Amino acid sequence: MPPAGARDRLDVAIRQKRFFAASGGNLHVLGELAFSLAAGEVAALVGPSGCGKTTLLRIIAGLDRDYDGSVALPAHGTLGMVFQEPRLLPWRTVEQNVRLAAPAATDASLDALFETLGLAAHRNHFPGELSLGLARRVALARAFAVEPDLLLLDEPFVSLDDALALRLREELAELVNRRPVTTLLVTHDVEEAIALADRILLLSPSPARVLAEVPVARPRAAHTADELAGMREDIARRINRAYL
Amino acid sequence: MGARLISLALLIAAWYAGSSLAGERLLPDPQAVALAIVDEARSGALAVNLGATLARVAVAFVIAMALGSMIGLAMGRSRIADRLGDPWLIVLLNLPALVIIVLAYVWAGLTETAAIAAVALNKLPIATVTVREGARSLDRALDDMAQVFRMGPWTRMRHVILPQLAPYLAAAARSGLSLVWKIVLIVELLGRPNGVGFEIGVAFQLFDVTRILAYALAFITVMLAIETFVVQPLERHAARWRPRPA
Repeated sequence: MPPAGARDRLDVAIRQKRFFAASGGNLHVLGELAFSLAAGEVAALVGPSGCGKTTLLRIIAGLDRDYDGSVALPAHGTLGMVFQEPRLLPWRTVEQNVRLAAPAATDASLDALFETLGLAAHRNHFPGELSLGLARRVALARAFAVEPDLLLLDEPFVSLDDALALRLREELAELVNRRPVTTLLVTHDVEEAIALADRILLLSPSPARVLAEVPVARPRAAHTADELAGMREDIARRINRAYL
Repeated sequence: MGARLISLALLIAAWYAGSSLAGERLLPDPQAVALAIVDEARSGALAVNLGATLARVAVAFVIAMALGSMIGLAMGRSRIADRLGDPWLIVLLNLPALVIIVLAYVWAGLTETAAIAAVALNKLPIATVTVREGARSLDRALDDMAQVFRMGPWTRMRHVILPQLAPYLAAAARSGLSLVWKIVLIVELLGRPNGVGFEIGVAFQLFDVTRILAYALAFITVMLAIETFVVQPLERHAARWRPRPA
């Protein structure tokens, strides 16, 4: 692990982001929005839908350069990203999809990754032959295979049933624990944020600002059911206060 | 398969019927045409002429497809390229094949280069338009994915863009092959000393319908073989990832 220096942080300082609306006029999507993530820290961005979470992730990922402000990625800036939908190449197999994104990955590391995510039997399947849950696992495998300096997750478990989402969340937590990586998780699910994050950033409705930062006590795995319930209540209260 | 055979048998029966109605001179029966093909094959003329035509088809097709794909991709991806290229495309699309051929021969002489250039130029705008349509419908989401994971230009082209263009390239190739061979025949008729088009020109002057049909039929057989043994297997390979009903 490299020492946590200034250049291992993610620094986001956005002054504003506007879109030209198709109906004319412009939409003010992001307001003053600044936060930093230390190396290896996992933060969750929680906010109402339509508040600009995905826009923010696209800016951090370098997919949208039309904004006022600055984003400094951790050193090297290797990105791993899981989009809202799996975004696999339908004409390439599971293994090819991962290898094309991570040409430097070793066979051993891929074997381990496929094993952890339960994909070992599906390496030679095409994405069209997978269920949504499996396809999301492939997207996770792809993001981890590049050994990212920054992992961006855009509602990675949305539209899965609760049991499956829970299992995938546990697998994700295991991967992050095994190889700590600075992670920004976008979600509207408070449970998911508590389960995965060290810190929760509450965003306001559009134009989004950071309303509050809620630390989640570690270690994640040690939370008892009572503690979790208390924490959930506390966060729910803060969210309600923030939005009312 | 059975339906195809029945259809083919019907065609041959209609041919016999037409032949007996119109007379041997206007429409020789299938047997006479088959014998003419055998005769031409024995003398070696069939192989020489088919070879010459096929070589021209291949070269003109490859040039037109390669250039058309590149230009079409650029025009589909970039608005400026589209605006710059569009007037040229409209001119080329609407210029009659015969005008391009005659001008090519006038400007470059009755040479092989002029012949192939004229054919390629006729096919080029159609390939360009088809591939441009494909490039316009490329998936932005996959582009973003490739950018986030820092895929190189070669990886993006081969694994992200080309598979999306495959159906458009196949359509352009299919319509292109049949168009190119028809135009090659005109080019040969007007200014080449060999090839299927040249032979048909000679047969026309001699009013030898049997020879015209013999060469046409021989060439269609060759193109059918290319379709069955080259184009279709390639298409199947490109579509292997699509889920099929079991």
